[in-house]
Amino acid sequence: MMMQDDKVIVCEKLTKRFGDFIATNEISFEVHKGEIFGFLGANGAGKTTAMRMLCGLSSPSSGKATIAGYDVYTQTEQIKKNIGYMSQKFSLYENLTVRENIEFFGGIYGLSDQKIKSKTEELLQVLGLKSEANKLVASLPLGWKQKLSFSVAVLHEPKIVFLDEPTGGVDPVTRRQFWDLIYEASDRGITVFVTTHYMDEAEYCNRISIMVDGKMEVLDTPANLKNRFHVRSMDEVFYQLARGAKRGD
Amino acid sequence: MKQFLAFVTKEFYHVLRDQRTLLILFGMPVAQILIFGFALTNEVKDSEILVVDYAKDNASQELLTKIGSSRYFKIRQAALNHKEILSTFRQGKIKAVVVFPVNFNEDLLHHNKAQIQVIADATDVNTANMITNYLSSIIMDYQNQVNKTLKMPYRITPEVRMLYNPQLKGAHGFVPGVMALVLMLVSVMMTAISIVREKETGTMEILLVSPFKPVLVIFAKAFPYLALSLVNVVAILLLSVFVLDLPVKGSVPLLFAESTLFIITCLALGIFISIKTETQQIAMLISLMGMLLPTMMFSGFLFPIENMPVPLQIISNIVPSKWFYIIVKSIMIKGLGISMLWKETLILLGMTVFLLMVSLKSFKIRLQ
Amino acid sequence: MEAVVVKNLTKTYGKEQTVAVDDVSFSVNQGELFGLIGPDGAGKTSIFRMLTTLLLPDGGSASVDGHDIVKDFRAIRSSVGYMPGKFSLYQDLTIEENLHFFATVFGTTIEENYHLIKDIYVQIEPFKSRRAGKLSGGMKQKLALCCALIHQPTTLFLDEPTTGVDPVSRKEFWEMLKRLKEQNITILVSTPYMDEASLCDRIALIQGGKILSIDKPDNIVNGYPDTLLAVKADQMYRLLKVLEKHPDMLNSYAFGEYAHAVFANGQMQPEALESYLHAHGLSGVEVLAARATIEDSFIKLLH
Repeated sequence: MMMQDDKVIVCEKLTKRFGDFIATNEISFEVHKGEIFGFLGANGAGKTTAMRMLCGLSSPSSGKATIAGYDVYTQTEQIKKNIGYMSQKFSLYENLTVRENIEFFGGIYGLSDQKIKSKTEELLQVLGLKSEANKLVASLPLGWKQKLSFSVAVLHEPKIVFLDEPTGGVDPVTRRQFWDLIYEASDRGITVFVTTHYMDEAEYCNRISIMVDGKMEVLDTPANLKNRFHVRSMDEVFYQLARGAKRGD
Repeated sequence: MKQFLAFVTKEFYHVLRDQRTLLILFGMPVAQILIFGFALTNEVKDSEILVVDYAKDNASQELLTKIGSSRYFKIRQAALNHKEILSTFRQGKIKAVVVFPVNFNEDLLHHNKAQIQVIADATDVNTANMITNYLSSIIMDYQNQVNKTLKMPYRITPEVRMLYNPQLKGAHGFVPGVMALVLMLVSVMMTAISIVREKETGTMEILLVSPFKPVLVIFAKAFPYLALSLVNVVAILLLSVFVLDLPVKGSVPLLFAESTLFIITCLALGIFISIKTETQQIAMLISLMGMLLPTMMFSGFLFPIENMPVPLQIISNIVPSKWFYIIVKSIMIKGLGISMLWKETLILLGMTVFLLMVSLKSFKIRLQ
Repeated sequence: MEAVVVKNLTKTYGKEQTVAVDDVSFSVNQGELFGLIGPDGAGKTSIFRMLTTLLLPDGGSASVDGHDIVKDFRAIRSSVGYMPGKFSLYQDLTIEENLHFFATVFGTTIEENYHLIKDIYVQIEPFKSRRAGKLSGGMKQKLALCCALIHQPTTLFLDEPTTGVDPVSRKEFWEMLKRLKEQNITILVSTPYMDEASLCDRIALIQGGKILSIDKPDNIVNGYPDTLLAVKADQMYRLLKVLEKHPDMLNSYAFGEYAHAVFANGQMQPEALESYLHAHGLSGVEVLAARATIEDSFIKLLH
């Protein structure tokens, strides 16, 4: 199903130390083009640190990693051009309108004016936000904001999009609409790297990794993981693994 | 009462554990006193001046001894050579040159009139002004002294080529000024920020949903800053007396009473700001722009109010620090008592009562 | 006896009169664990803030322990415990100092009510001289709960205590709540996580300021009116697309490793759907009759 030579993320013994504290401890994994990769772990397991390294925001202490073919030590600028990022906390400017946000982020990623224009119309159409285009983002319901900010994060057709708890607090219907967007992006060949606290969402991923105390304890498909732990839900897999965790955030 | 004490204790923990707050709280008054104090006085102490004495007579010698014995100047005798004088000036070794004309004593005795030339290094305008001022006053002093013993009064005119600088009128005016500034900063800004911080972190929500009276929250927050501000007053006064040799001429208890009144004015202002703002940043900005700036501009501490355009003079009346500045200056430097200051005190008291009423009135016992 | 009674409570915000809470009524019995379940922006926090006397309602009325939330706000403030959504303790004070402070503010001592918090406090006691800002998420939450409990409240309001917390800590937190219930404290808790609903005695599903349904979790689930089928195939994304096009289907959506397909009661058999899917070229198809969950009910109510 997946071709072996289309790896967009390759990590080898990636490590980050803060003094004596090893936040991320020799994690190694590969993610393929178009894959939806779930990155799970308890609070403080080292997810955020790892994600920052992969986005080129923080330099690893040791180990190797390439993102979209670029090295995380030396080519952080190229990495940033080829990825999209969305987090629950920051994504859009609340005091700009929907249209202004789209145009702003298009501009940041260096899209041409014409492209920004056509993309803006396309997005408003797809998200059903036509009548809301000139309203401030602050006035939108949370679910719409999250959908919009995901769309903005993939506006420049990045090779990989990193999503940090994108659906926290969103109602079940909107949450599913959000995952529809993720599936569509993955269908277009965009690799999706996602963290979540909803275990049912873990099931939607092609493969899942679970971090415990800075180490990547497991990495497999949801079905294989459930088989291996002889349980029926991802919730129980997670619980069995994370219960032994020693540190919090 | 126990609740109130617990609250005050907690407030002290906050202050003592935040190094930045501590630094502002205690570093700032010290730094300001030292900066203002030494920038204005230290350089004048033991300044080297060059004396070119063409007269070499009794009068010039007497005057020179007088200048030399003051703690401000160190005298260097010079060869009567203009080039040499100029080069010493250029090297920056001396601050001023005093030139006695040839017939100094004779002019005094026969014409009742003599001139002394004072040339100051005006690259540092403040110091130059100060030095010429001091020199002039020493010369005047000498003149008065001599005049007492003489029937026929005479005059020595120090010929100074510099504009009179009104700031120099009270070189020590900065101690009251710094006091107003520091108390304003500590009491207004710190109080406002510390109350708004509770809103920002959400702890205000928990405190409101408790039997603790909301108004007491405000007082419990203000109380530690009253205490800390008084500590600051003590620190500033100690520095001023022991480091700057500026004694308090008037009554110390009165000074403390007036300071306490002014601190309460500031606390009321801080509380008012905290009620009207939602974030620490905005509270800080308003405190700085709305309080600190007017204190600097309109208290008369840096810029003489009497030289301002009339509208600004009128505005200056609503700045509490203006009145406090007048009060402290009068007590510390002029040694005046309450009988001379009741008007200013009353104005300050009125402002305090007004601000407290407004703050308490606009205080919300709910979130909205 | 009813500990909390809410009648036609309404709250609007701002000039545009955005309705946050829209004519909400419910009541909570003494000693009950009551859940307000709904997404962010549903009005949960506004309801909690009105009941804890932090906000004035624009319409309707409510009482806590028989005290009116507007008139008797002082009485309520001294008898309830409240844990806001955001971690709201003093980050620069230690665990012990925080607890001591809140105990004193509520006019009590740690010793007096230690029995109430003992179970929870022993878990964080080894770190009692550590500052709250340096604690892990789970530990902060336990400390916050201790602080909200220390004055032996009659009613406890917990606003989204588990949001942003990992599944393990969430589970632990709910176990603590169960033990508290045995102390006969009425607990109102709000959460956006549907799977936590089953841990409550009774729940209110809420969305857009309106209550969609109030009942015991089991009753809500049992009252699910439609036929629910859980479907699985090798190609999940395509499966969802195919399901969407089925003429008789009322709704379909991803649900963990399965997709849920909703049909009018008795209108579809698993076998029939299986062959329909096979006919549309899907492989590895598995269709089971499924029991609805709270989440299914919520989706049904929103649909």
